Amino acid sequence: MITVDLAETKLRELNRRLHALPPGTNERDWRLINPRGTHSIAVGLDAPIDVTIDGHVGYYCAGMNKQANITINGQCGWGVAENIMSGVVRVRGNASQSAAASGRGGLVVIEGDASARCGISMKGVDIVVGGSVGHMSAFMAQRGNLVVCGDAGADLGDSIYEANLYVAGKVASLGADCEAKPMDAKHREALKALLDRAGIKADVTRFKRYGSARKLYHFHVDHAEAY
Amino acid sequence: MCGIVGLFLKNKALEPALGHHLAGMLLAMSERGPDSAGIAIYGHGSEAAGRLTLFHPDPGLDWAALAAAMKAGLGRNVGLTIKANHAILVVQGGTAPARAWLKANRPDLRVMGYGRAMDVFKDMGRPGDVAARYDLAHMGGTHGIGHTRMATESAVTTEHSHPFTAADDLCLVHNGSLSNHNRLREWLKRRGQEFETDNDTEVAARYFAHRLGEGLSLGEALEAGLKDLDGFYTFAMGTGDGFAVMRDGIACKPAMLAETDDWVAMSSEYRGLAALPGVEKARLWEPEPSKAYVWHREGGAHA
Repeated sequence: MITVDLAETKLRELNRRLHALPPGTNERDWRLINPRGTHSIAVGLDAPIDVTIDGHVGYYCAGMNKQANITINGQCGWGVAENIMSGVVRVRGNASQSAAASGRGGLVVIEGDASARCGISMKGVDIVVGGSVGHMSAFMAQRGNLVVCGDAGADLGDSIYEANLYVAGKVASLGADCEAKPMDAKHREALKALLDRAGIKADVTRFKRYGSARKLYHFHVDHAEAY
Repeated sequence: MCGIVGLFLKNKALEPALGHHLAGMLLAMSERGPDSAGIAIYGHGSEAAGRLTLFHPDPGLDWAALAAAMKAGLGRNVGLTIKANHAILVVQGGTAPARAWLKANRPDLRVMGYGRAMDVFKDMGRPGDVAARYDLAHMGGTHGIGHTRMATESAVTTEHSHPFTAADDLCLVHNGSLSNHNRLREWLKRRGQEFETDNDTEVAARYFAHRLGEGLSLGEALEAGLKDLDGFYTFAMGTGDGFAVMRDGIACKPAMLAETDDWVAMSSEYRGLAALPGVEKARLWEPEPSKAYVWHREGGAHA
């Protein structure tokens, strides 16, 4: 275990060390302490390593992640795991806005609540939220899965292209072109697999599925009122 | 982009260190606002005397002569404390006669804040330099709000720096921009509010002053603002005995709230809270959009 104290080590020095890890590195287990809300911790990693951050982090933590398994023992600011490509980012507390924004792959687990715009423009990432999500979540979602074990705020899935949205609790309102979808056995299986991967316990039968009504793919005058 | 902070003490034992903690919060928000900074700091105040914070850009201004002239003009005792290019006058009775006297006799002086419990310091420069200029770290008090400014809507001057004051002991800091401030300014002018700048936040401050003047509570005034203020905002507001935070319905300007048994704190980012005593055990949350959060001091001077 390599421990880095962010009260003593400069952020850029830490991120450079993490970026410089060669393929097959033996330095696979990292612990970061005293993050104190610093932005851009552990961004741009591309190595199969474990990184644990003890404390609250600022914006864009674990952005653009590839391969790495990053755990935040605290709360995080805006844009955690933004544009994640692969690997796992786990937040033990709450996440602020735009969690996993535009993520292309990998898994993002938020054990607490995520606020507004969770999964905005998601492009293949799987997101599992143990609590609730704020307004405009999965806005313009294109691919992937968003699982919400609590409630969803207003305008869920506004202008969604594709992606599966599973919500166990109440949905304040659906956004433009987002609609409830049938929940078949294959969806329940997929949902169970997502929850198992995330290590979050929830009753699969409580969830409803939402997705794209596919009316806004192209401009059509009959749908003008929906834009 | 701007940074805003607020600290409201529940434990009296922390009051001598209010300025120290507020200065640390302001410094932590330097990156969000390097152009100018300001604070409003509240003490227990006095029923018998009013306070005015005045500003003049000339560091050699003869404040003692001003205080003496005001004392002679008003026939009341006037106390004077000088802090760099600001001065605090403590005037027996209310502040209204003193403000009228200043308007008539010394229009070159700018009133930064007035009331019974509040002092206001704001100036151009990096937040750390501004805090040092007024020795914020050694000020005590019950609660305070602060702002670090990256100007987008109007010029970088002392006058355009936040906080904005609009009534006795009322101060507002704002991260965001209002889009209907011109029309709202005209609406408020017709209702008797006088403006000093073209700044959008001054409009919001005077809007809340107007609503409070109509008899609304702090929470009711904020809720009325949800309907009448168009734009992006996270607000932190101080009154003689209260502290409030509110975000617009879109909530695209950041905010964090934290609360312990000893204090309530607000900051644009967690970094602004990270040095507060006991923050590791605090309840931390992101204020919801379109929701007014209000705290009042028990036994406050102006309940």
